[in-house]
Amino acid sequence: MPIPSNPEFEAECIRRILAGEKHLFHELIRTCERSIYFMLLSLLGNETDAEDAAQDTVIKVYQNLRMFRGESQFRTWVLSIARNEGLGRLRKMSARREDSLDAETDETTGDYTPAILTSWREVPLEALERQELGEILREAIQGLPAIYRNVVLLRDIEEMDVRETAQALGITEGTVKVRLHRARAILQRELAPKLKGFAPERKRKLLGWTN
Amino acid sequence: MWEYISAYIDGEVDVELRARIDKHLETCEICSAVLDSTRNVVVLIADDRVFELPAGYSKRLHERIDRELESSSDLAPD
Repeated sequence: MPIPSNPEFEAECIRRILAGEKHLFHELIRTCERSIYFMLLSLLGNETDAEDAAQDTVIKVYQNLRMFRGESQFRTWVLSIARNEGLGRLRKMSARREDSLDAETDETTGDYTPAILTSWREVPLEALERQELGEILREAIQGLPAIYRNVVLLRDIEEMDVRETAQALGITEGTVKVRLHRARAILQRELAPKLKGFAPERKRKLLGWTN
Repeated sequence: MWEYISAYIDGEVDVELRARIDKHLETCEICSAVLDSTRNVVVLIADDRVFELPAGYSKRLHERIDRELESSSDLAPD
């Protein structure tokens, strides 16, 4: 679960770190470290690179701390540094060209029509106890074009608001909403046939068993 | 209708549009199912069990920070 940010705590922390209490940086960064990792995993696509880039991001945040002016949320500022770190690495990894920078400009292709289905409506959260379901969900998200994956990750997984997501990704709030809508439609379409098996048995079978 | 599903899930449709959508959902089995399943996908992917940090990630991150803090001089305010 994402940890809500606390601007007053952050401002006080930054002031004291700059005044010499360097160890407080551990506390300052703690609320952001999960988001940093998943932002980078979304960009880079593998755990080793994401963790390596996350460490470099955090060091850059520390080294540039005095540049933070409080114009955005601290986490938004940190995530924009993480994103720059990730994009910089992507530029160096030419092998991933097809799913990285080129995708940033292409929003017109793809099928955003939801799957029509009536065979299942809800897979309960308990089904996540099965590793297989988590794997299917992760694969579906990793399979999204990068521009949609980033928005889903920040909006639906890290639960950031539209404004913060727009700032962290350097796009408008309108673009965030459009991409999120399309991404959810792609996910629903992709997952519809795969999630069927995780839905509970029809309720009528339970009649007579209720307390 | 499908255009509005995402906004509806986020509560970003105005009162009038929400009322129209709700009325439509009462009678349209397909849209109800698409809405429910899309909302279900959103709920499922937000669960912490889907995206877990690698074991030891935080520990390694803070060890790296410690090394940086030890080797760097104070960040003098400007």
